[in-house]
Amino acid sequence: MGLNLEVARIVKSYNGKAILQGCSFGFENGLTYALLGPNGSGKSTFLRIAALLEPPDAGEVRYRDHGVALPHDLALRRRITLLLPRIGVFNTSVFHNVAYGLKIRGQSRQEIEDRVNDVLVRVGLVHKRRQNGLDLSSGETRRLGIARALVIDPEVCCLDEPTANLDPKNSDIIEEIIFSMKTAGKSTIIVVTHDSAQARRLGDHLLVMENGRIAPL
Amino acid sequence: MHSIIYGFIGAGKLILTINAELLSIILLSLRVSGAALVIAALLGLPLGAALAWRRVPLRGLVISLINTGMGLPPVVAGLFLYLLLSRSGPLGSLGLLYTPTAMVMVQAILACPIVASLSHAAIVRVDPVIRQAAITLGATPLQEVLTVIREARYGIMAGVMAGLGRAMAEVGAVIIVGGNIAGYTRVMTTTIALETDKGDFELAIALGLILLLISFGINLGLRFFQRLGRVRAGIILWD
Repeated sequence: MGLNLEVARIVKSYNGKAILQGCSFGFENGLTYALLGPNGSGKSTFLRIAALLEPPDAGEVRYRDHGVALPHDLALRRRITLLLPRIGVFNTSVFHNVAYGLKIRGQSRQEIEDRVNDVLVRVGLVHKRRQNGLDLSSGETRRLGIARALVIDPEVCCLDEPTANLDPKNSDIIEEIIFSMKTAGKSTIIVVTHDSAQARRLGDHLLVMENGRIAPL
Repeated sequence: MHSIIYGFIGAGKLILTINAELLSIILLSLRVSGAALVIAALLGLPLGAALAWRRVPLRGLVISLINTGMGLPPVVAGLFLYLLLSRSGPLGSLGLLYTPTAMVMVQAILACPIVASLSHAAIVRVDPVIRQAAITLGATPLQEVLTVIREARYGIMAGVMAGLGRAMAEVGAVIIVGGNIAGYTRVMTTTIALETDKGDFELAIALGLILLLISFGINLGLRFFQRLGRVRAGIILWD
C-alpha cells in the first residue's frame, strides 16, 4: 500500500560544482523523515530531484507501488508534491489557489468546494478564502502552500523548510499541520529543516546531508 | 477662432442628434478594428507565448522582427498589402482591395506585433516559481503554460489594448487599401482626415471627440477590470 521511494547513487552538479555525490536512500511509505544539514549541502536539490521536479545528472529515482517500479509519468507526478521555499502564489483568491490541484485533475465543482473548505479550516485560512492570495502575510502564505499540497492528498509530500523565517505562532501552526499529516499516516513526508529540535519533534527518522550524501543521524 | 467654435457647436449637434452618417462611420470603425484585434490576438498571443516558452529556432531573430513590426510605418504596411491585393498582385483574384476586409487585414498586420511583443514581455516577467508550483501540484505541460499565461493576463490585456489603440488610430494604411469610400470603407480616422482637408470641421471634430471617448472608455474599462481582477480574480477569471 502506497508509494515507496528509493534514490540510488544520485549525482547533481550546478555550474561545475558537485552538490549531490552518489546520494542513496530508501524512504518507506507512511513515515516522516526530517532532513538536516548546513546551507548549500544539497538538501533542496535532493528534494527537487526526489519530487521529480528536475532530473539528476546520474543515478536513479525509483518509485514503487507494491514492489512494482513506476514510470516517471504524469500519473506518478500527481501522487507526489513538493512545497517550495517560495510558495509561488497564484494571483487569484485563496480558495482558487488551493483549488488549483483539484481543478487540473478534473474534480467536480462540489468535490472541490468541499475539499478546499475542509483544508482551509485545517490550516486556519477559511476566513480568508475570498481574499487574494498575494495579500497574505508570510506565515499565511506558507499555510496556503501547505493547503495546496494537502488538498491533493499526496502520497509523498516533500516540504522544503516549511517554517523558515516564520514567527513562533505560525511556525507552531505549520508544525501542527505536518504532525496531523504524520498521524494520519497516509503520506511519506520528507521535511528539510535547519531546526534540529523541530526535526526531532516531527521526524520518525532523522537524516543528515553531508558531503552530498544522505546518512541517518 | 470662429471656425473652431462653430465646429464644436456643429459637432455637438451631430452627436446629440445621433446623426445617421456619424453612427454608420462609428459602427464600421468598431467592426473593422474589433475584427482586426481578434485576428491580431489570435495570432499574436500564441506567438508571444511560444517565444517566451520554448527555445524556438531563430528566437532572437523572430523577436527582433516583431519589435521591428511594432515600429512598422503604417503606410509601408498599406503599400505592401495594396501590392498583394491589387488586380495584378498575387491575391488580386480575391477582389479584396477597397473593401472592409482589406482594412481589417492591414489593421491586424499593424496590431499583431504589438500584441505579440507585449504578451511575450508579460509572460517572461512571470516569476519562474509559478511554473514550478504548477508542476509540483501536478499540472500537465499545457496546464503549466495556461497557468503562466493566466498570471500574465494583465500584461497581455495591456498589449491587446495597445493593439486596439494602434488599429483604431490608423489612417494612412487604411486609406491605401480601403480607399475611403463613403458608406463602405470610410471609418472615423479617414473621415477626420478627409473632412479636415475639405475645411468641414463639424463631422471631423465630432468623430475626434468620439474617438477620444472610446479611448477613454477602453482605459477606464481596463482599469476597472484590473482592479476587480486583483481583488476577485479567482471568481471572475477561473470559472
